[in-house]
Amino acid sequence: VSLGYAGIFFYVLAAMAVVSALMVVTRKNPVHAAMFLVFTFFCVAGIYITLSAEFLAAVQVLVYAGGIVVLFLFVIMLVPLKAGIRRPPVRRGAVAILLAGMVAVAVMSFYAHAVSTEMSMATEGSRVMGNIETVGTELYTRYLLPFEVASVLLLVAMIGAVVLARRQV
Amino acid sequence: MIVPIHHVLTFSLALFLVGVVGVLSRRNGIIVLMSVELMLNAANINFIAFSRLMSDIAGQVFAVFVIVTAAGEVAVGLAIIISLFRGTESINVDEITLLKG
Repeated sequence: VSLGYAGIFFYVLAAMAVVSALMVVTRKNPVHAAMFLVFTFFCVAGIYITLSAEFLAAVQVLVYAGGIVVLFLFVIMLVPLKAGIRRPPVRRGAVAILLAGMVAVAVMSFYAHAVSTEMSMATEGSRVMGNIETVGTELYTRYLLPFEVASVLLLVAMIGAVVLARRQV
Repeated sequence: MIVPIHHVLTFSLALFLVGVVGVLSRRNGIIVLMSVELMLNAANINFIAFSRLMSDIAGQVFAVFVIVTAAGEVAVGLAIIISLFRGTESINVDEITLLKG
């Protein structure tokens, strides 16, 4: 099977994303974890592009790498570092969990392979246009009500965050 | 699809499990929230991979909604961490026992 540039791009990005995600969960210093989190989000955005979801890649960079990580860094700045690393950061069962996870990856990838061989027969040669126009049309016609509900959700989250982080509760 | 779907699914599963390990093994509340973000990203990759495979744009629309929910969740979660730190001077999730759990 010849992969082409997009295929190689996918595997390189996937490897980098998993490695930097592992760095996120193993670093003691939360600032380092946040930096690796940015890197993971950029790799995932690249993977969205290889799956022809360009709009989602842009949203990923803007919302995750631009918004959420800045929020994390602000909270890390507000909370003193030693509050988080007073005791050893990793619990003793972590290695066991990791081993169980590796076994789970092996088993699940076997099942994923079985599912994919069935499904790729049905949808051979079709292609989704992952551009902004298609996503926008769907979002403002068929999914208009969920879209409006999502805006209410964001409003509630904003008010909730302000109320929770107030000085006098 | 340029890449076989089971490779994409295996990758997203690996990312999800890294997130699970983070949630279960870390004490720092901020890093627990970061691990939850990794898990949500893995779910999004599945949505987009199947959207591509089935030529249905709905998967990408749902991925947008997942991102919206993740943004709200982080805002509220970090606000809770700040208010917990005010009360207990700690963000270690196993030191916080306000609900006697």
